[in-house]
Amino acid sequence: MPEATEVKPATTGNRAKEAADSGWTYRTRQWVDRVLPMDHLLPHRQPYYVGSWVYVFGVITIAALVWVVVSGVVLSFMGPQWWHVSSLGRFFNSLHFWSVQLFFIFMVLHLWGQYFMAGWREGRAATWMIGVVIFGSSILTAFTGYLSQQNFDSQFIAINAKDAMNGAGIGAFFNVLNFGQMYGLHVMLLPIVVTFLVVVHIVMVRARGVVKPIDREGGSPS
Amino acid sequence: MKAKAHVTQEEYYRGVRMRPYDLVKELTYALVGIAALTLVLAAVLSSPDIPPVTIAGWAQTDPVDFVTTATSELQGSTTSAGYGAPYNNAGGEQSWGPIAPQIWFGQRIPVDSAGAFVIQPLKTASYGNSELGTALSQWDSANADQQTAWLSAYADALGKATVKDAKVAVADGDYGPLPVMMNNLLGVAQSGGLDGLLMVNGRFYQTDYTQALLFMGDSGYLDGLATDANLTGSQWGMMNETGSYPGQTWLWLYTMWYQVFPFTSDDGIIGLNGGNADLGIIILMTALTVALALVPLIPVLRDIPRWVPIHRLIWKEYYTPKKRSA
Repeated sequence: MPEATEVKPATTGNRAKEAADSGWTYRTRQWVDRVLPMDHLLPHRQPYYVGSWVYVFGVITIAALVWVVVSGVVLSFMGPQWWHVSSLGRFFNSLHFWSVQLFFIFMVLHLWGQYFMAGWREGRAATWMIGVVIFGSSILTAFTGYLSQQNFDSQFIAINAKDAMNGAGIGAFFNVLNFGQMYGLHVMLLPIVVTFLVVVHIVMVRARGVVKPIDREGGSPS
Repeated sequence: MKAKAHVTQEEYYRGVRMRPYDLVKELTYALVGIAALTLVLAAVLSSPDIPPVTIAGWAQTDPVDFVTTATSELQGSTTSAGYGAPYNNAGGEQSWGPIAPQIWFGQRIPVDSAGAFVIQPLKTASYGNSELGTALSQWDSANADQQTAWLSAYADALGKATVKDAKVAVADGDYGPLPVMMNNLLGVAQSGGLDGLLMVNGRFYQTDYTQALLFMGDSGYLDGLATDANLTGSQWGMMNETGSYPGQTWLWLYTMWYQVFPFTSDDGIIGLNGGNADLGIIILMTALTVALALVPLIPVLRDIPRWVPIHRLIWKEYYTPKKRSA
């Protein structure tokens, strides 16, 4: 039978509460609540000027990325030879191929849209910069994917691309002729990098909200 | 353009009319829409998959090119033999003034083209093959001048070589052991043995195709196939795909530089030319990528969106003059 709990004086209880309130967990939660409260992460209202199709390109890019990852997971689970010898594998490779194409189309549209909206204004420069890093990381991920196809295209891309890598001095560390290295980077490390950066990008967008239009409301340039 | 730090969304949007916006619904519609589009594209158009070229296929289809390439490896006149870092010390590295990263990092993937692609495979194949063993002994015991003379005469003769019973035949001449060596190497390659020998390197599991791809890259055969498929560097090859499929179109800017001055020129300008195009273009693209990232901080680049009224189309409703109420 447990011993009866001693009733502590009120001052001791307050001190315990203060200690809990100043802990790392409490402060982290407070910081998250302050930087990205739920109604900012998933807002159900937006400024009335958020009405153009340009705003949809980012969401479509994320949707395409989801299907890139899903089809890629199936392909990597079954192994790099599967899609060359199985019609179902070829179909999943086609899903991967076309979702990547759509991902890039909408990412570029999103990038141009944000450029002409000057989406970096009023404290959003870092969001733009992370977006450019995502663009570069995606190109690198796709590049390693093309090198991992194990077909004629990947052979000649590797032979061509080695000169650029070697000229830059990184050919021995990023050896495009080494299928194992390219495949490992493509299915593991680079997708993690892209996905992580996309999450950071979305959090930054949601934390600050969409930027206001460039000129003054009603027509006159600012 | 001043950054408004520590401004909450509530403060930022104060006075701005808000309206309902369903983000989750939008994302769900996008997921379904992209899934449908991808399914249709995959089902109707499939995806490209031209089988890879094997050394066996190369040796069977074009024996003369195979033997010519192998002979050039012994001569040290192929691309890989004269490449320099990271494969050897032949001194073919690119540099731009004092910028020479290829030289800085040095030889890190040693590849002796003649030894790796010709001599070692022949030594492996000579087990139980006395004719080849004798030919290799004759080759090894000959001095460099003698080897060079044989190679030169044989390389000339290959210009008029014929194929007979899947072997390469040349006019009579003083080629030393080379005809025996090369036809044995050709036989090993045609059987698929060289594909394996260039991969294994004393290990069983292997995923590194560096040697096999370097050897095939030295050939005229692979280059001819790539030219037919519009994949070579001068054909915007890095962004092309086999067949009529879209390739890495997002590499258009990188690929474009290979088609324009100074990277197509022997003389070039400010030290940039066709000879160091890879290094020059990597430096250029790195600079452009950094500039793209820093657009918010670069005058003119950050001002263009304000000058070009595309934003007035995007926010058309916002810019429409409001009618005054009666």
